[in-house]
Amino acid sequence: MTTEANTEIARQANGTDTPSEVSTVDIYIMGKRYQVTAGLTIMAAIEYAGYQLIRACGCRAGFCGACSTVYRKDDEQKLHFALACQTTVEDGMYLVQIPFVPASKAIYMLEDLKAEDNTILSLYPEIARCVSCNTCTKSCPQDIKVMMYIQNALRGDIAKAAELSFDCIQCGMCAMRCPADIKHYHVGQLARRLRGKYIDTLSQDLKKRMEEMEQGKYNDEIEKLVKMELDEIRELYKERDIEAKKKKKEEEQ
Amino acid sequence: MDLLYYPGCTVKTSAKCLETSGFAVIKALGHKLVEMDEWNCCGVVASLTDDDLMHHLAPLRNLIHVEDQDMSKVVTFCDMCGNTLKQTNLRVKEDEADLETLNLFMDQEEDYKKTVEVQHFLEFLRDDVGFDKLKKAVKKPLKGMKIMPYYGCTMLRPREVAIDDAEEPVILARLLEALGAEVIDTPYKIECCGSYHTIEQKDLTAKRAYRISSSAQKAGADAIMLSCPMCKFNLDYRGKDAEGLFDGYKQIPVYYYTQLIALAMGLDIESCGFDSHTVDPIPLLKEKKVI
Repeated sequence: MTTEANTEIARQANGTDTPSEVSTVDIYIMGKRYQVTAGLTIMAAIEYAGYQLIRACGCRAGFCGACSTVYRKDDEQKLHFALACQTTVEDGMYLVQIPFVPASKAIYMLEDLKAEDNTILSLYPEIARCVSCNTCTKSCPQDIKVMMYIQNALRGDIAKAAELSFDCIQCGMCAMRCPADIKHYHVGQLARRLRGKYIDTLSQDLKKRMEEMEQGKYNDEIEKLVKMELDEIRELYKERDIEAKKKKKEEEQ
Repeated sequence: MDLLYYPGCTVKTSAKCLETSGFAVIKALGHKLVEMDEWNCCGVVASLTDDDLMHHLAPLRNLIHVEDQDMSKVVTFCDMCGNTLKQTNLRVKEDEADLETLNLFMDQEEDYKKTVEVQHFLEFLRDDVGFDKLKKAVKKPLKGMKIMPYYGCTMLRPREVAIDDAEEPVILARLLEALGAEVIDTPYKIECCGSYHTIEQKDLTAKRAYRISSSAQKAGADAIMLSCPMCKFNLDYRGKDAEGLFDGYKQIPVYYYTQLIALAMGLDIESCGFDSHTVDPIPLLKEKKVI
């Protein structure tokens, strides 16, 4: 990376035009020390240091779960877990990216399952090995009560397991840390699928909208969008009606 | 009185009828069981056979949850859960170094302050309610029912966490007397049911169920009463399997003590959840005019 480019990133990060005032921190990427601009996310800092991310990088917005990171500060005993795109670098961070988690999935046809007490246990019997150490919960960058949803799955409370695991982004850190080799995030996904299909009531609005779409009610509008220029679509998107905007307007009035 | 209640996984899945009948009984006695806000698997008795502190995390975590709710006592139905929670409670109360190691490991949780007492529901009935008082609440005595009280292992061993004498227990017999039933005593009342062998060695467990149940029948019993969900599965379900192994053998019904108390108190039979039993418990109740 060129010096100008570095300066540009630093300027954006610090909101300053004078490179001499830029504060920096020392981080260690897989053991090698780099001096990077303070205020960058871990992901931006890795790129700043000259790496090109091919894996361990996805949406850059905290949703996809691809950029799980393990780090330890050089003066701390505890390991930390984070999403690289959501966490700011700190001085003395020893970093490693975990781009992939080997966690085999149970094979099932959702249509053939029933939401019963032992459905999850029969597909993922290893959840009975949980010793409640809570290491999974401590490793979750989403602050999910991972152990509790495994415990709820174990006792057949599918609805609760689905609810507690709802914010899971499938980064897999829980499965990497578990001393009982449980594949938590697949268990949570199964719970949510079972709840969605068999426990929660079907949304009548969705059913109605699907029927409308099948009857071609929105075909003309879609056709219009397809033919629209990119700039026009952007403008339309910016001006679209969303609940938050409506509420704001109402409040202003 | 509101009592804090630890259910355990089995009571929430294959032994729901133990919970429903127990809840009906406690309500009728004027108390209330309140399920803990947060709880996990007890850890299971078997895990404690290894001298491995890791396996005390699950039970200790539950004890900490009890303290989190500012309670000093927790009641449980399941013999296994009660046993596990009690064993860990005792160990950390006696061994300061073990408790410190566990507390250090659970660094995001409050330290355990050793304030909790774990109580089996049977102990609550015997010590806090009293069988005399229970007897007064009986509206339909179980007259003519000849029942063998069966204790199994985890209610009685190890000695430090036992709720009665390991060799000559009487708690279930006294309870049966209070309910107006005839107690059939046999030496097999403390024989092991086969426990987890039921998963890998079904015949072994079926044979044990046969030994226990047939000894009861020879002594004149027409039913068995017990407390432990594991024993219940083995005597009821594997006992039915034994019919295929022994010519002319017929398994007798197996009741939870909570179900028989509910019936004797004249409570709704729906709370007993008899449809989950393998050997139908209803015909005998009708024959003896209990229902």
